[in-house]
Amino acid sequence: MTGGARRAGLLGPRVSATTGVATAAALVALVVFGLAIAPPDEIQGDAQRIMYLHVPAAWAAYLAFGITTLASILYLWPRTRSIVWDLVAGASAEVGVVFTGLTLALGSLWARPVWGIWWAWDARLVTTAVLFFLYLGYLSLRRLPGTAESRGKRAAIAALIAFIDVPVVHFSVNWWRTLHQQATVFNPELDPQIHGVMAFTLWLGVLAFTLTYVYLLDRRYRLLALDEDREERELEAAIRARVGPGPAGGAGTTAGTTAGARAGVTP
Amino acid sequence: MEAVSNAVSLRSVVCLLGRFPALAGVDLRVRRREVVLLSGPNGAGKSTLLRVLAGLLPVHRGEVEVLGADLRSDRRAVRRRLALVGHDTFCYDDLTVAENLRFAARAAGRPARPAPEVLARFGLSGLADVRHGRLSAGQRRRLSLAVAFDRDAELLLLDEPHAGLDDAHRAELDLLIAAAPGEGRTVVLASHELERARALADREVRLEAGVVREPAGAPA
Amino acid sequence: MSLVREALLVAGKDLRIEARSRVTLAQIVPFGGIVVLLFAFALDPARGNLPRVAPGLFWVAVLLAALMALSRSFAVEARNSARDGLRLSGLDGSAVFLGKAMAVAAQLVALETVLGTLVVLLYDVHVSAWSVVLLSAVAATAGLAATGTLFGVLAAGSRRRETLLPLLLLPVVTPVMLGATRAFEAGLEGAPSEAWRWIGLLVLFAVLYLSAGVLAFDALWEEAE
Repeated sequence: MTGGARRAGLLGPRVSATTGVATAAALVALVVFGLAIAPPDEIQGDAQRIMYLHVPAAWAAYLAFGITTLASILYLWPRTRSIVWDLVAGASAEVGVVFTGLTLALGSLWARPVWGIWWAWDARLVTTAVLFFLYLGYLSLRRLPGTAESRGKRAAIAALIAFIDVPVVHFSVNWWRTLHQQATVFNPELDPQIHGVMAFTLWLGVLAFTLTYVYLLDRRYRLLALDEDREERELEAAIRARVGPGPAGGAGTTAGTTAGARAGVTP
Repeated sequence: MEAVSNAVSLRSVVCLLGRFPALAGVDLRVRRREVVLLSGPNGAGKSTLLRVLAGLLPVHRGEVEVLGADLRSDRRAVRRRLALVGHDTFCYDDLTVAENLRFAARAAGRPARPAPEVLARFGLSGLADVRHGRLSAGQRRRLSLAVAFDRDAELLLLDEPHAGLDDAHRAELDLLIAAAPGEGRTVVLASHELERARALADREVRLEAGVVREPAGAPA
Repeated sequence: MSLVREALLVAGKDLRIEARSRVTLAQIVPFGGIVVLLFAFALDPARGNLPRVAPGLFWVAVLLAALMALSRSFAVEARNSARDGLRLSGLDGSAVFLGKAMAVAAQLVALETVLGTLVVLLYDVHVSAWSVVLLSAVAATAGLAATGTLFGVLAAGSRRRETLLPLLLLPVVTPVMLGATRAFEAGLEGAPSEAWRWIGLLVLFAVLYLSAGVLAFDALWEEAE
C-alpha cells in the first residue's frame, strides 16, 4: 500500500467525517433512550441503565482485540504483509485497552448498587481484567526501540500469543468462579426476559459503541501513520545527510520518489 | 554466471540500527578467493556491513547476495558456510576455552574434535580449561579467532582481527589470511591497521558515513 | 530428528553454565525462600490460615523466582553477544527454544523442590495425594518454562526490555497460577478427583505454548537485537 493511502486514514476523509457525525448522533440517541425512554428495571431500578454502556463497551473491547488479532495475522501472512496491518493492530489495541478500562470501571459502578460490592471475583470480570493487562503489555512491547520491521514482526507474534491465551484464561477463570448474570441478549433462549425498548436500547448502545470504535480506530491509525511517515522522511533525510552531496548511492532513489509524492501535507 | 563468481554482492543496501541508517546505500562486489580490505573511520559502517554479510542484521532496502544465497529472503541460508570475528567473542563467560570451542563446533553440526592444532596455533594450549570470563583481552581475541577458523568457512568476515594480539600471533594470523585464497576462501577484512592489512589484501574498499567512497565498489 | 539433539545440546550448555555460576542455586532459590518466609510474616501463622493458602503462596513464590531465572537465561546469551554465535552456528531457532525451555524447567524443578520442602515444614502442610501434586507441578513447570522462554526472548537485551518481562508474562500465565493452585489444594485436602480438570488445563496450556514456541521463537530470535 502506498504512503498516500496511509495518510488519508483507513476510511478516507469523507467517510471518516460521516462516521464521526453518525457516532455523535448514535451516542446522543443512546443517552435519550438509555436515560429517558427505556423503563427502569423491575428489580434493579435505574442502576440497570449502566448496562446500556457496560455491555456495549465490553463488546467494543472484544471487537478491538479481535481486529488486532486479525490485523496481526494479515501482517504475518507474507502475501498481505504491509505496515498498514501493523498500524491497524496497534491502533485497535490502544482503543481496545481504553474500552476494557471503561468496561471495568462501568462494571464496578454497576456492581456497587446491585451486588453491594465494587468488585467481585467473577469469571467475566477477572477475564476482562487479565485482558486489560495482557494488552497493556502488548502496547509496551510496541514502544520498544527498533526498526519498523522488527517492531511489526515482534508485535504481531506477541498479539497472537496473547490471543491464544484468551480462551484459556476464560475457561480457567470460569471453572474457578461464576456468579455473573447469564448473558441476556446474546443468548437466544433467554430473549423474552428483556423488555422490548430495553433490548432496543441495548442494541443501540452496541451500534453507538461500534461506531465509536471505528471512528477512534481511524483517528488513532491516522496519527500512527503520520508518525510513521514522519519517521520515514527523517530516515530519508538521514540517508541523504550521510551520503552527502555528489553522486548519491542508488539507495535514495526508489524511496525518495515515493516520499516526494507523499509530501503533499507539509508542516 | 555472475552469482557463481561473486562471493558477495550488495546493491544499494540500506541497513538501519534503530532509526539510524548505519549503511546508507552500499554497493559492493567481492569475487571468490579475493581478500578485500574495508577501511574507513569509526562509525563508517564497517562492522554493520560485516554483520549484514553474516546474516545477523536485516537490510532495510537493497539486495544482498552472499555465497549465492539471497539474504533478503533467507538470512540463515549461508551462516554455516561463513565465519565472523567481531568485537565480541560470541563465547560464554562460564564455559572454558575447550568447552566454548566444543560447543561452537557441535552447534554448527560438526564433530566436537578436541582440535589441539587449533588451540596450539593461537597459543591456547595451556588455557584449555580456563573459563572465558578469566581470559585477558588478547586471549579472548585468540579464542574467537580459533572458533572462527575452526569453522572451515568459505567466507571469512574479520572485524579488526589484529586488535589485542601480540606480534607473534599477528604474524600467525597474517599467515592464515594469506593462505585463505589458496584454500578456496574469501576474506573481507575491516581494519584500521592499514599498512598491515593492505599487504594482505587484493584491494581496498573505503567506507565513509555508510557508503562506499572510493574506489568504486565493483571490481573492474 | 536432529531437533531433539540440538535442543539437548543447548539445554546442556545452559545447565553447565548454571553449574559453574550457581546463580540459580546461590541467588534465585534463596530469594524464593525469603518470599516464602515473608508470606508467613504477612499472614500471621498464629491464625492458622497458612496451610489453607499454602498452595497459592507456593506458586506465587515460584513465579517470582522464575522471573529471575528467565532474565538470567537470556542475560547469558547477551553477554559477549553469545546469541550471535548461536545464530551463526546455524542452530534451528526451535531447537534453541526447546533447549532453553528445558534448562529453565530443570532449574524450576530444583527451585520447586526446595520451596515445596520449606512450605511443608514451615506452613504445616499435609499432602494426601502425591500423584496429583507431582503431576500438576510437572505440567505447570512445563507451561511456565515455555511461556517464559517465549516472552524472555522478547524482553531480552536492553534494560528497558527486562522490566517488560513481568508485565508480559504474568497476565499470560494466569491459567497456570489458577490451575496449579487449585490442583495443589485438591492434592492437599484429599479430594484428588477435583484436581484432574486442572491438570488437564495445565497440560493443555503447556502443549499450546510449547507449540507456539516451536513455531514462533525462530522469528523472534532473529529479530532480537
